[in-house]
This record gives sequence, structure tokens and C-alpha cells, in this order.
Amino acid sequence: MNSATNETPLKKVCIICAKGNIEDVYATLVLANGAVMEGIEAKVFFTFFGLDAITKNQMKKIHTGTVGNPAMRMPGGLPFPSILGMLPGVEAGVSAMMKSQMDKLDIPPVDEFLEMITAGGGEVYACKLAMDMFKLEEKDLWEGCSGVLTVGDFYGMCGGENTQIIFT
Amino acid sequence: MAQKTIAGKTVEVNAEGYLENPSDWTKEIAVEIADEIGIRLTDKHFEVLDYLRKEHAAGTQLSVRRVGKSGITDIKGLYELFPGGPLKYSSKIAGIPKPASCV
Repeated sequence: MNSATNETPLKKVCIICAKGNIEDVYATLVLANGAVMEGIEAKVFFTFFGLDAITKNQMKKIHTGTVGNPAMRMPGGLPFPSILGMLPGVEAGVSAMMKSQMDKLDIPPVDEFLEMITAGGGEVYACKLAMDMFKLEEKDLWEGCSGVLTVGDFYGMCGGENTQIIFT
Repeated sequence: MAQKTIAGKTVEVNAEGYLENPSDWTKEIAVEIADEIGIRLTDKHFEVLDYLRKEHAAGTQLSVRRVGKSGITDIKGLYELFPGGPLKYSSKIAGIPKPASCV
């Protein structure tokens, strides 16, 4: 679409990520990076399990759930029996497979993706309440994180015309 | 398909102003398209443009990440060179199609 024909183009997106599996974290990262690539301001707020994506010890280890995921299929499209997903190593194997597929599409690992977003001027924040809940401190977070916010602080950043809040 | 005269040369462009034929591209056209966007081209810009044109001709799927690994500039540098559109503006100025890339 030609953005020139769009009367009121989007100026800012505020994206909230509360889950720590591959699909939710990557949805957040793709949306945020896509925004900065289009010249749209992006603020990303990681909370609850989403904090894994910006926690040094966890960010390289995110997985996709293989149990209770009806969209899960075998390579080739056959159904994936839930009981298989419970076996040790299956979740790790499936996650590794997904990551290798993403790598082929030039989708970077989480840490590199976050760097791409901040290189483009996007900002990454952690939720104070969830940090307290998980007993995390600022030193546990990825270095590029701009700070720890309360929900009120976050809303304070979400003002302005043509701003959208997106909850992945 | 629309025609447009850029830097004294009549070329075919799409609805968004991207050149239809990368072979129509000249440095003068690049300067004029960049001027419309509000970017003043430097030698560094041309290095990126040359890279994009070469990779496009080779059939590479271009992305911000790939340009960031080109050795010409990093991603931050690319954003500084082409503010608000590291991939879409650089491609437009380079006379290649808008990359259908989400990364």
C-alpha cells in the first residue's frame, strides 16, 4: 500500500509481550522491527513470561509449546499427537527446528533482533511488577533494555496522535 | 505503468515511484529521488546503493539485517543514512523494487 495515500499514517506503536514462547516473542519482535523500518516509533514492554525474551539467562533458550497447541503439525503436515509433545526432548527438538527455519528466512536470534530494533531507535522496557514477581534485577536484563517501568510509566509513553497499543 | 521524468530522463515507475527497470538507473536519478525523500547523498550512500543493486541483480532477498552484515555499514548506520526507511528508501534510491521483507 502506498503510505502517501494514507491520510493519517501510524506514528507510534506500543507493544506488550506477556508470553515467553517463540511465537509470541517473535510476533512482538517482528512487529516492533517492522515499525522502526517504516519510520514508526516503537516502544516494547515485556511483562510476565515475556520477560524471558530480555533476560540474559533465558533469551537464547526460548521454546515453543508442544503440548496443548492444536496448530502443531509434523513436518509434511500430518497431525502431531499431543502425547508426543510430552516426551523429553521433543519440545527442544521442535523449537530447534523452528529456529533453523527462521534462520533460513533471515530472521535473527532474539538478542540480535532486539539489537536491530534498538539500532533503529526502538525502545525496550521491562515490567517492574513482573520483575519483582520473578525476583529479577536490572543486572539480569539484556544490556540494551532502556529501563524498568510501572504500568503507569508505560501508559505515559503511549500518548500522542496515531498511536496504537498492541498486545501480542 | 506510469512514466516519470527524473533528472531529465523519462523512466517507468510504479505507483509508489520505484523504478520499474533497474537498468534505467543513473546516479543523477538517485540524487533526484533522494532529494524528493529529503536525503542528501554522500559517498557512503552510494556504497550502500551499489551493494543493493549488485545484490538485487544476483537475486538476493534483501533485508535490513543483510545490509547490516555487508561490511559497508551496520544497522544503526543504515538507519542514519536513510532515516525512516532503511530498506524502502535505500531501495527506491537504488532503483530496485521495494523488498518484500518483514525483517
